[in-house]
Amino acid sequence: MKKTIYIFLLNFLFFTNLNALIEVDITRGNLDPLPIAVSPLHVDISSENFKDLKVQDLGAEIAKIIEKNFRNTGLFNPLKKEAFVQKPDIAHLKPRFEDWRLIKAQALITGKLLIKDEKLKVEFRLWDLTAAQEMTALAFTTTPSNWRRVAHIISDKIYERLTGEDGYFDTRIIYVAESGPKSQRVKKLAIMDQDGFNTKYLTLGNELVLTPRFNPTNQMVTYMSYFRNMPRVYLLDIETGTQEVVGNFPGMTFAPRFSPDGKKIIMSFAKDGNSDIFTMDLETRVVERITEHSSIDTSPSFSPDGKFIAFNSDRSGLQQIYVMRSDGSNVKRVTFGKGIYGTPVWSPRGDLIAFTKMHKGRFYIGVMRTDGTGERLLTENYYQEAPSWSPNGRVLVFYRETKAGDKGEGFSAKLWSIDITGYNERRLSTKTDASDPSWSSLLSK
Amino acid sequence: MTLKTNLKNILAIVFATLILSACSTAKKTGDIDGDVYTGKETVEYLASGVPDRVFFATNKSALTTASRATLRKQATFLRKNKNLNVTIEGHADERGTREYNLALGERRANAARDYLMTYGISGKRISVISYGKEKPVNPKSSPISWSQNRRSVTVKVN
Repeated sequence: MKKTIYIFLLNFLFFTNLNALIEVDITRGNLDPLPIAVSPLHVDISSENFKDLKVQDLGAEIAKIIEKNFRNTGLFNPLKKEAFVQKPDIAHLKPRFEDWRLIKAQALITGKLLIKDEKLKVEFRLWDLTAAQEMTALAFTTTPSNWRRVAHIISDKIYERLTGEDGYFDTRIIYVAESGPKSQRVKKLAIMDQDGFNTKYLTLGNELVLTPRFNPTNQMVTYMSYFRNMPRVYLLDIETGTQEVVGNFPGMTFAPRFSPDGKKIIMSFAKDGNSDIFTMDLETRVVERITEHSSIDTSPSFSPDGKFIAFNSDRSGLQQIYVMRSDGSNVKRVTFGKGIYGTPVWSPRGDLIAFTKMHKGRFYIGVMRTDGTGERLLTENYYQEAPSWSPNGRVLVFYRETKAGDKGEGFSAKLWSIDITGYNERRLSTKTDASDPSWSSLLSK
Repeated sequence: MTLKTNLKNILAIVFATLILSACSTAKKTGDIDGDVYTGKETVEYLASGVPDRVFFATNKSALTTASRATLRKQATFLRKNKNLNVTIEGHADERGTREYNLALGERRANAARDYLMTYGISGKRISVISYGKEKPVNPKSSPISWSQNRRSVTVKVN
């Protein structure tokens, strides 16, 4: 199911004159998004149609995807096409900078594409309209059916050039697709592009599945399944569809995640009323006990350097977040605020831990430094939990449930995202109700 | 010659407001004692006079006096039906994180299992499974239905 994408870098012009060009500060909430113009890509007249793709529409479709990606960041304001002052092919050669400045655009994206011999060739340029110069340009060739990914890769390149940080558009989200009445939910593993397209279901819904998480290369998923009514952690190869139980535990295993090197799965094992944290090496099959405590220890998450593990435990009486060395030593409680804390997830940059907080009947998604200081609550709601980081550490995706009436009516579960600034909260489009999201790393990195 | 973009930033901290007042945990109202369900709604029976389930307080797995009485009835019933095996299903309400609730359901089911074992039922006859918050018996979002969902249920398997 994973499509192999071949990208040939034909040229990559990178101007090193960084200081003189547009920069977008994304470290804080942004109330004044940068106006940009995304010109439809010019479609070369010698292009051929490919399967059911209408090649003459493709330039506009790719531009639309780029626009939507940029609008969704909250950092950019893509301008309306009606105001555009030049035809795509002319602008792509060299824009009339002063004309584009009139419509208040500060950056312009142009491009052209050609489908020939079942190959899609795309090039784009990013222009700084104020400095009247090209900032970056890139051309690549791929199979035409990858055209949506092309749009995401272009978005990433432009985002990187304008913000100085990695993008997060050429990514996927794996989640649990939910349907049916609240007391008899059918749950399936589902995977989609981060913008909600290309949804595929990886399980049929015959058994309850929960908490899928990608490995670092996005080819494997670990999740929990009630297959044969035996709740266990599983490993799924997305490409081949093969699945296996992780380890041979005489009881429930749950809350799995990969280690940052992808070699181990860390999870909880529950036996005789007690849940502790274990790792299993996927190659050697060696199982290691990490915690040994009569309390509930679960929701483990490695730091990106693999040296530490955050988890939640009720050893103090109620659920709180702890950090320990990855061998289980030096356990330290890090949350002391009001309320109870769960689902710690270490940021890919290593500097923050995202969490769920419950206090006086309300649920919060927040971030804090890894020693528990600097807590910032980003969003409050009736019910929400399970944050997962975008690969660049700027955005969190999580799920939110609504209140239900007498018969469960009014209940829904949806995916939402929010910037770690606390701004730009928005709902992600999914084909069905959804929960337990996990964000992949960049696919083309 | 270049225009430095003027992006206004504002401080990133969002302080959420805490409005709701907590429900008292020591009240006795209707079918709830503390916040443990004491009513009959949703309860099924293994045999006449033998309720199939016991209820728990929020985040707790301690058995109440009423729960122990129910489990003693189950133990008597199981002693009389020596060939019967059971599964104890542990559940949590929807007001907790999913993974913690799986562990909590397991702890609740084992609390019931341990009690049956102290009344002479072999552990070999009792398996446990936790469903966390995945199988609410009452789908409504209300304190009463949450109390009905915080339960362990003894189910005949043969």
